[in-house]
Amino acid sequence: MLEDLFSMVKVRFNADQTEDNRKKTDIPKGLLFKCPRCRSVTLSDEFNKRGKVCPNCNYHSRLSAKERLDITVDRGTFREFDRNMVSKNPIGFPDYEQKQIALREKTGLKDAVVTGRAKIYSKDTVIIVMDSNFMMASMGSVVGEKITRAFEYATRNKLPVIAFTASGGARMQEGIVSLMQMAKTSGAVARHSQAGQLYIAVMTDPTTGGVTASFASLGDIIIAEPKVLIGFAGRRVIEGTIKQKLPDDFQSAEFMLENGFVDMIVDRNRMKRVLSHILRMHNYTGEVQSK
Amino acid sequence: MSELTASQRLDIIRHKGRPTVNDYIPMLFDRFMEMHGDRLFGDDGAIMGGIAYFKGTPVTVIAQVKGRDLAENQRCNFGMPHPEGYRKALRLAKQAEKFHRPVICLVDTAGAFCGVDAEKRGQGEAIARNLMEFMTLKTPIISVVLGEGGSGGALALAVCDELAMLENALYSVISPRGFASILWKDAAREREACDLMKITAPDLYKLGVCDYIIPEAPGGAHNDPQATANNISSYISKALERKLKKGLDELINERYNKFRIVGEFEESTTI
Ligand SMILES: [Zn+2]
Repeated sequence: MLEDLFSMVKVRFNADQTEDNRKKTDIPKGLLFKCPRCRSVTLSDEFNKRGKVCPNCNYHSRLSAKERLDITVDRGTFREFDRNMVSKNPIGFPDYEQKQIALREKTGLKDAVVTGRAKIYSKDTVIIVMDSNFMMASMGSVVGEKITRAFEYATRNKLPVIAFTASGGARMQEGIVSLMQMAKTSGAVARHSQAGQLYIAVMTDPTTGGVTASFASLGDIIIAEPKVLIGFAGRRVIEGTIKQKLPDDFQSAEFMLENGFVDMIVDRNRMKRVLSHILRMHNYTGEVQSK
Repeated sequence: MSELTASQRLDIIRHKGRPTVNDYIPMLFDRFMEMHGDRLFGDDGAIMGGIAYFKGTPVTVIAQVKGRDLAENQRCNFGMPHPEGYRKALRLAKQAEKFHRPVICLVDTAGAFCGVDAEKRGQGEAIARNLMEFMTLKTPIISVVLGEGGSGGALALAVCDELAMLENALYSVISPRGFASILWKDAAREREACDLMKITAPDLYKLGVCDYIIPEAPGGAHNDPQATANNISSYISKALERKLKKGLDELINERYNKFRIVGEFEESTTI
């Protein structure tokens, strides 16, 4: 408690100092990170070095798939699968193609998930990373197909799967086709599981809707980053039903842990080591022959 | 079969006299014995399950219950299941597998319930578990969408070997109301959303999601529930005949592929 107080004072002091420095030296805004939760200000370099975690309140900011891979897998070991897969427009949704083209340009992503094979402290694994910069990482044909193929590849090659989940849910622009991706990915998880392979789901901000109601909740081990949003229904939908405001921690990682739906909460800076330990405990020790 | 728009069909499935599973179960099955509870938390009135004879063969019936009046709707939570409903469904499906009974799922829900307790008890996990377990269940599963097939809450009873829809039934990734409120921030534009979303039985047949369309009585099932039940019954007979002659490995592979092939994407090196 006292320590907290001290650290708060210290941070406030630092923040003020940074504020002053900014005035004096005219540091452009892009060089500073202002935490949306505790409002403290950190130098961007410092914030980035910590994996985009606020040094004051431990707020875990959202990462792009590339940033996530950079801090998770051994350098130079990532081999991407299905890099050029793009979605069609199954229900002829107005402007869906144009929206995707614009997003591809803006994000450098083809869709909302990156899949591939990599090493974590020398241990081979299939890795799935969702990227909320692309249509809130909603699950349509491409997300469903790439995740399914990643699990099928892992099943054939006797590899574990680590999935960093983040999603606003099903991609309504693809209609019923997007709903079917929930069944399709869950089927692929079932086969991987029946083959005796390990699947670790790491829930990141936000894991909701159809992704929570499919492969994200089916890990043998489910990890969450601190304070992230995890849930099935949207908060506003529930608030509309019950006609009252919900507490801030509703549908947080801590709420899910307390209710028994998450095995553990792990800070981002420990994540790679924890994943590595779990892989080792399941006898994934080093090189695996691939077919 | 009629060429109605989705919003016209919406009116039909919302007709006060639209038959529910409480009407259909006695018409489709003999000696239905209801089984209660998920053995973990409680019994959910929004999903009814049990064992019955279908033309002399024991089957497990899992059905989403909509109320015909306020009292029934209070008992069944307006047809919106909680996690314990999905877990009861899974328990009964596993029991069916053990005793080699086919599973008949009757789908009719606006969606899984969105509430505080549903979240606390893991609505997402409950649905996810059903998707995974139904995918590999070693017994035939036939699902029929009777009215509304709302999102993951419907899909949790629709991972199956064959999906049929009543002629006027709708099956969608999100309710037309929800769709309108996200897209246009205006839930009142529900009918417009309905017609844009491709959610009718003929739409879903074209998209490869619905395998058979079951005709209703002219003008809608409410005009003649018994005639509609007869059509459902003859569909279930044929579906069971098709599935019961298959080996279990073949059945489960085909079920996997039924969902595996859904998705519209392209792969190119020039994009
Ligand atoms: Zn902070």
